Amino acid sequence: MTKGFKPKVATANHLIEGDVIYFTSEGWSRRIETAAVARTAEDAEALIEQAGQCPQETAGASLIDVDLSTGIPRPVHFREVFRTRGPSNYFHGKQADHV
Amino acid sequence: MSTVVDKTGFVPDLWQDSPLHTYEELGDASALLLTADMDPELIGPHLEQLSLIVIPFGSSTDGRGFSLARTLREMGFSGHLRARGHILVDQARAAYRCGFDDIEIEDPQAARNPEAQWRSVSQRFDYRNDLLAG
Amino acid sequence: MESKLIMYEYTDFDEAFLRDRITEFRSQIARRLDGSLTEEEFKPLRLMNGLYLQLHAYMLRVAIPYGTLNSRQMRQLAEIAERFDKGYGHFTTRQNIQFNWPKLSDVPDILTALADVGMHAIQTSGNCIRNVTADHFAGAAADEVEDPRITAEIIRQWSTDHPEFTYLPRKFKVAVTASDTDRAVIRFHDIGLRLRRQDGEIGYEVVIGGGLGRTPMIGKVVREFLPKRDLLAYLEAILRTYNLSGRRDNKFKARIKILVHETGLEDLRTRIEANFVQQKRLLPDLDPVKLAQIEAGFRPPAFADKPVTRTLSPAMRAFADINTAPHKRADHVIVTVSTKAVGSTPGDVTSAQMRVLADIALRYSHDELRISHEQNVVLPHVHRADLPAVYDALRDAGLATANVGLVSDIIACPGMDYCALATARSIPVAQDIARAFADIDAQRDIGPLKIKISGCINACGHHHVGHIGILGLEKSGVESYQITLGGDGTEAAEIGSRAGPGFAHDEIVPAIERLIVAYLDHRLDRSETFLETYRRLGAAPMKAALYGGAHDKAA
Repeated sequence: MTKGFKPKVATANHLIEGDVIYFTSEGWSRRIETAAVARTAEDAEALIEQAGQCPQETAGASLIDVDLSTGIPRPVHFREVFRTRGPSNYFHGKQADHV
Repeated sequence: MSTVVDKTGFVPDLWQDSPLHTYEELGDASALLLTADMDPELIGPHLEQLSLIVIPFGSSTDGRGFSLARTLREMGFSGHLRARGHILVDQARAAYRCGFDDIEIEDPQAARNPEAQWRSVSQRFDYRNDLLAG
Repeated sequence: MESKLIMYEYTDFDEAFLRDRITEFRSQIARRLDGSLTEEEFKPLRLMNGLYLQLHAYMLRVAIPYGTLNSRQMRQLAEIAERFDKGYGHFTTRQNIQFNWPKLSDVPDILTALADVGMHAIQTSGNCIRNVTADHFAGAAADEVEDPRITAEIIRQWSTDHPEFTYLPRKFKVAVTASDTDRAVIRFHDIGLRLRRQDGEIGYEVVIGGGLGRTPMIGKVVREFLPKRDLLAYLEAILRTYNLSGRRDNKFKARIKILVHETGLEDLRTRIEANFVQQKRLLPDLDPVKLAQIEAGFRPPAFADKPVTRTLSPAMRAFADINTAPHKRADHVIVTVSTKAVGSTPGDVTSAQMRVLADIALRYSHDELRISHEQNVVLPHVHRADLPAVYDALRDAGLATANVGLVSDIIACPGMDYCALATARSIPVAQDIARAFADIDAQRDIGPLKIKISGCINACGHHHVGHIGILGLEKSGVESYQITLGGDGTEAAEIGSRAGPGFAHDEIVPAIERLIVAYLDHRLDRSETFLETYRRLGAAPMKAALYGGAHDKAA
């Protein structure tokens, strides 16, 4: 891993459904656990380029920092944590899909 | 290369042999390139000599060209008025209503937005005019 | 049963225009899906149709022109929420409704369902002239010069698909009031219009350059009195000047308030007035037939004369005290229905509740409903004799919370629970404050108090004009909430001042509690409101309550 580099995954919203998706080695997935992780700056560049290959499937792909200390990628920023979950006022979104 | 489009669809560029001049180097030329940051009032004294004014659109979100076009028409310009640059199909109606005669787009955009899309732009409703008398 | 429509009815022209626009948007979506439109190109087009992409899903913002709805429209909103969303809608501070979970492919069908009742999502986003807002008591308020919705409707028609002003430097918001008591926050809009009478003639005071957001500014009077017939010529002159001269190099400096600030009011007024002279010469008057049609649409309903026999129960009395306002007819009242029951999300109304509101409006309020910028629903014309029946129906639907204007009647934007721009959550803060002050008698003792919460600097929650404003930001990787004090969105316009350093998510509610205890300790008596106490004593006692003595010395 490059020194000082924070591991990253690529995320976007699905073009038709609008929900949160993550880029895996086999295309887009709805679960961050399966996301492809970039561990170097070069990997990250390649990842976002690959993720941008299918513009008809997604809207606005971007890279986010993840924490790998539990073995699976977890978002670092609270905004991205909310995106893996859904809103806090109703049990809607991903938190409900995963039940 | 570029493509010219008007209400009827893709059309030949009848003005391709009219070299454009900026305001500073206009002299007694008849074709002007009017950039969006220019004060249209400066053009007033030269309107008589002009038969073509081209207004470039730097990006599709920059709507100054629409105001410039209407201002020129209000000042009495009756020559040919052309919008050039990144203008979306969906802005064509606004362009014509503001006084543009046609729109010049780059060929890659013409390839992505074929003639049929430009021809299907609806001209049917005009709220502002409908509200006004006469 | 009253079923006559008294509001302005959409004409065949509107109807055909809406259908045309839906067809257009359907084809734009198809072009996005087949690749002939890139996301970058599609984005402004979907925004023009009110469709945002938020954190967890798309969000469709539907315009409710000047906040006025009839029962049929409210029922259709309920239907849409059920068929295409999750059974609720969110009323916003701009008198719109937002659906939080639509799919891109369903949007044309939703727009069709809206068009079936004369509604749409056009120009609820993008750098265009947005949905025009008006006093939510319009047509019912005792103190108005004339119904401000006539003006708002003229502006709606003029600005719809305006060829020149749809790609402005930034969004553009217009609000209209016709009363000296400003319930439409006109001093915080790009253009605020106040109908007034001068020498027997009705015209407008024109205010420009107000706004909240990153750089809050109180609007300035650019014209003391504008004759009514000159309205559109003057608006065109303002918009032309702004479109050509407004900054486009920096999104945060692109609103007209910055142009006013940087150019100076006098210079800008000279330019606007010069262009106005031209526009007045070139622009024809309003079509008199069209104008008469619009005016007729806002004639007052046929109010019933009937005796008020039933006396109110104590609960009804409490509700009437807090949630009703005087009507221009002494035997009627304006009823405000709070969407802020304890623990609920400000502005959220379920499909079932929407249907109840529609039924009540049809039976008891001349088929009229209003959405207020305070995210409540207004029944503008309720006969006093019908108040018990209205109260009972509201109570059964969980809509009789008697807290309008009190501490738990909180404005909150969707914040980071939904919004892609947010820097912190707003809704849980509003919910927690409401829970902390759940006791309605305690709320009544605290008295009038406006708490407004925004989840980012864009200030959709109007925090700058809250008596207590809360702004959610990110600080060192966590949510942090800044408090502003003394804001006022009325005719006594005031931008709140920042109290000091922010509070963490778990500290913000206790901080608000300390503030309110300090107010109760310092007020002269029950009749002095929070804002009045703050104005009398300044920020010092409030800051001491928030930060303790140590901070006082440090600051």
